[in-house]
Amino acid sequence: MSGNKISIVVLSEHREQLQMAAMIASVGAVSDREVLVFVSMNALRFFVKGTTDRPAAEGSVGELMEHKNVPPFKQLFEQAVELGGAKLHPCSMAMDLLGLNQGQLESYLGEPMGLTMFLDAAQGGEVWAF
Amino acid sequence: MAEKRIVDARGSFCPGPLMELIAAIKMVQVGDELEVLSTDKGSASEIPQWLKKVGHEHLSTTERDGVWHVNVRRKK
Repeated sequence: MSGNKISIVVLSEHREQLQMAAMIASVGAVSDREVLVFVSMNALRFFVKGTTDRPAAEGSVGELMEHKNVPPFKQLFEQAVELGGAKLHPCSMAMDLLGLNQGQLESYLGEPMGLTMFLDAAQGGEVWAF
Repeated sequence: MAEKRIVDARGSFCPGPLMELIAAIKMVQVGDELEVLSTDKGSASEIPQWLKKVGHEHLSTTERDGVWHVNVRRKK
């Protein structure tokens, strides 16, 4: 791997934000960058297995994406893991708040992570927040 | 050498064509050629940048009737 580690904090429930986070994760991971994604707050519910929740558009581009063949953000996150070795971890606090356990989340997410571990893992690299 | 593998990503937006190329590269042998078909102009310029970054060979890019044909050789 080359270049700085990319750490991405994903909080939003809006389509545009989730899409850009997933694009950076996937393209970064397949470009020999180490990628860590921390999924928390309003973003976490979209990663529950079998969910029918879909993120709402924040603006006009979000509306447009609904009708165009844009790769779904969850597919991109999964590709970041499968093709690029990215690590996705759910926030343990958000999991507690929502009453979730790891088995309820998509299989490409790793173990719940707390902030101490995330801050340590992100240290020295780039941090992106959505 | 195997026949050139076609990656038809027409209609898909960035980074779809790149992701489809990467999945296809993993399925061919080193030295094999692939051709990505894309209607997404951004992807047509991004793919050669990615090839250079990770060390695969960009053979050519041509455009016909709104479709970019990006020819690639897996090098490793």
